[in-house]
Amino acid sequence: MSLEMIGITVLWTFLYGYLIIASIDFGAGFFSYYSMKTKKDHIVNTVIERYLSPVWEVTNVFLIFFIVGVIGFFPDTAYYYGTALLIPGSVFLILLTIRGSFYAFAHYGVRSNRVYMFLYGATGLLIPASLSTILTMSEGGFIKETDSGITLSIAQLFTNSYSWAVTFLAIVSVLYISSSFLTFYANRANDTPARELLRKYALAWSGPTILASLLVFWALSRHNPDHFQRALEIGWCFGLSLLCFIGAVFLIWKRKCFGLAFVLVMLQFGFAFFGYGASHLPYLLDPYITIQGAVTSPVLGKALVITFIAGLLVLIPSLGLLLWLFLFNAKYVRGEHEQEHL
Amino acid sequence: MDAVFWSRILTAETLSFHIIFATIGVGVPLFISLAEAWGIWKKDNHYIMLAKRWTRGFVITVAVGVVTGTCIGLMLSLLWPQFMQLAGNVISLPLFMETFAFFVEAIFLGIYLYTWDRFKNPWIHWASSIPIVIGSSMSALFITIVNAFMNTPAGFRLENGKAVDIDPIAAMLNPATPSKVAHVLSSAYLTCGFLLASIAAYHILKGRNHVYYKKALRLTMITGFILAIATFAAGDISGKFLAKHQPTKLAAAEWHFETTKQAPLVFGGVLNKETQEVKYGIKIPFALSILAGNSPNHEVKGLNDIPQDLWPPLYIHYLFDGMVAIGFYLLLVSAIFAIEWYRKKGNQWSPWLLRGIVLGAPLAFIAIQLGWIFAEVGRQPWIITGVLKVDKAATTADHVSSTTWAFSALFLALGILTCIVLYRLFRHNRAEDELAKRYGL
Repeated sequence: MSLEMIGITVLWTFLYGYLIIASIDFGAGFFSYYSMKTKKDHIVNTVIERYLSPVWEVTNVFLIFFIVGVIGFFPDTAYYYGTALLIPGSVFLILLTIRGSFYAFAHYGVRSNRVYMFLYGATGLLIPASLSTILTMSEGGFIKETDSGITLSIAQLFTNSYSWAVTFLAIVSVLYISSSFLTFYANRANDTPARELLRKYALAWSGPTILASLLVFWALSRHNPDHFQRALEIGWCFGLSLLCFIGAVFLIWKRKCFGLAFVLVMLQFGFAFFGYGASHLPYLLDPYITIQGAVTSPVLGKALVITFIAGLLVLIPSLGLLLWLFLFNAKYVRGEHEQEHL
Repeated sequence: MDAVFWSRILTAETLSFHIIFATIGVGVPLFISLAEAWGIWKKDNHYIMLAKRWTRGFVITVAVGVVTGTCIGLMLSLLWPQFMQLAGNVISLPLFMETFAFFVEAIFLGIYLYTWDRFKNPWIHWASSIPIVIGSSMSALFITIVNAFMNTPAGFRLENGKAVDIDPIAAMLNPATPSKVAHVLSSAYLTCGFLLASIAAYHILKGRNHVYYKKALRLTMITGFILAIATFAAGDISGKFLAKHQPTKLAAAEWHFETTKQAPLVFGGVLNKETQEVKYGIKIPFALSILAGNSPNHEVKGLNDIPQDLWPPLYIHYLFDGMVAIGFYLLLVSAIFAIEWYRKKGNQWSPWLLRGIVLGAPLAFIAIQLGWIFAEVGRQPWIITGVLKVDKAATTADHVSSTTWAFSALFLALGILTCIVLYRLFRHNRAEDELAKRYGL
């Protein structure tokens, strides 16, 4: 495999990792707030907290890894996206800062403050919305290079149907992924009331998710027909994604194998995300940056790949340990280790 | 005002805010780990409680550190796109390594926080603090390497504005790396020693005479004394490094204009730019030559041998002097404490010494601020010495000023809230009560 393909595959995989675990986190924030509003917080909050507490910081790292990796493997992205994204990037950073710090304030500091919880819930939806617009921009048409430099047309972004379709998909996917995971987690915790409530959320958000996906396809065909064409060529990816979706919803609906159901949800998004990514190539930013044109020098690329492999050797056992302690440890999940907190 | 100006302001305020939490993030885990290990070893629950309470405060600051670190990380691309494009081509390797260090730190922090008492053998829980200490220090190491590269770039050649012949390892091991890493790490540990010591000293001053606070103070101050010596040594190495590789920075910091041997060191003073004379300063004969080359006869390059448009602003003299003075103060205070502890008739708890320790914490953080500003401003007008100038690297996008205001408001709010949350966290939960409740001490 060529260096640029190795690079983009690694990065896309990490972005996929971020998509899944950040969605769980973002959605959980929303559900926490929503259940507080509807006075059902006593049902779901213990489950949400028990899962989120040990992993929240890790979520952030996936994103940073992706960004740093993109700049390392494809340095031109720093110049183009860096210039164009000043405003949207700053908005995203401010939201992320509010979210991260307020989580810690609410969780380790003063408990159950309504304002903190609101900010934590609201940013859970706004952050995926703002991140998804970057994918929208990569389709081309919004960022332009002229003699005076690189400019982004924000007005265009707000009036574009593709842009709205992607944003809509991002928000509903977050809620769907999160609720299907938390259903599984609540089930492991033998917490039936929480499981039933979260299962209801998962089923409720499954319809909008598939609807939004179709909407994105339709809008893509109008916005970037070439990309749409490339996507059709690997249509089987999206077909498999749909099958996984049907399987997942069926299992959740029948209250069977919640773990398998969540794996199917991950596969659903996996197929769709990698299908999208593969058909997006060779462009990182249509039409200015391609992976072949922007790839870093072979020497540095090789060093990055070696570092990556060495890093994985440390990372995989560490992540495994984390999951083993907090996700697959039935006693922890059931809350029998509550005394171990600080 | 132009984009360059606002980009510099925004970067500076973000760094300035982040470095407080970054320093805590690097240094405090070391003390938490030490306290827990000592507590397990000596079967002394005071130290275990110390580790727990430090961790509790630490988590809040880590969260702020993580998010502001994300801010500065992304801001480099948003505000300095040309710089990141070039840096991405040469020095992205340590940035990439840093994400792994950060990963490990984040994972084990989660484990450390939520597995107190889960294991029968307490050393297993303690072991999870080691990756946090190593991970956070490695993060500092890798980021400092990038900064070192900006000061003394290496491992590539410029050809038509493009970096060629790239050697990523040589870029990482550039001349500034060893001294900078040593100085950043030792001063971060030292600052955290004083931060934690000042909390204990404050309580003792307030008449809370529980042995818990005395143990805390002894642990942090004795370690602090060792770290102060290390920081002093690292600072000295940094001075020699500057003399050799960044003579402009050193000359500007010392208001040293004529290249001479037996150069004196000037502390403080007021500069007359026309005559290049310094008034009211304290002059220490030969000291600059000794700092630069360990010998009074070492020749130190003066500013007049350097084109004036490449001079950094001369106010960095005060930053440098402030940093050095505080360094000596911290060394002195921790040395007195160590001596009083060692002496049989010594009094470690004298109010004046305690006040000196309390004052040491804010001073140490001021020194950190002075230090990084000195390092960055002293490199002006370059963003990468000799390669790329600051005004050529800034973004061409509009609205940098409004972005700056938005972030200023954010950091202000965050700073205030962090203080309030930390205050409330400990106000109603005194260590004495918790010790009694939990361990019956």
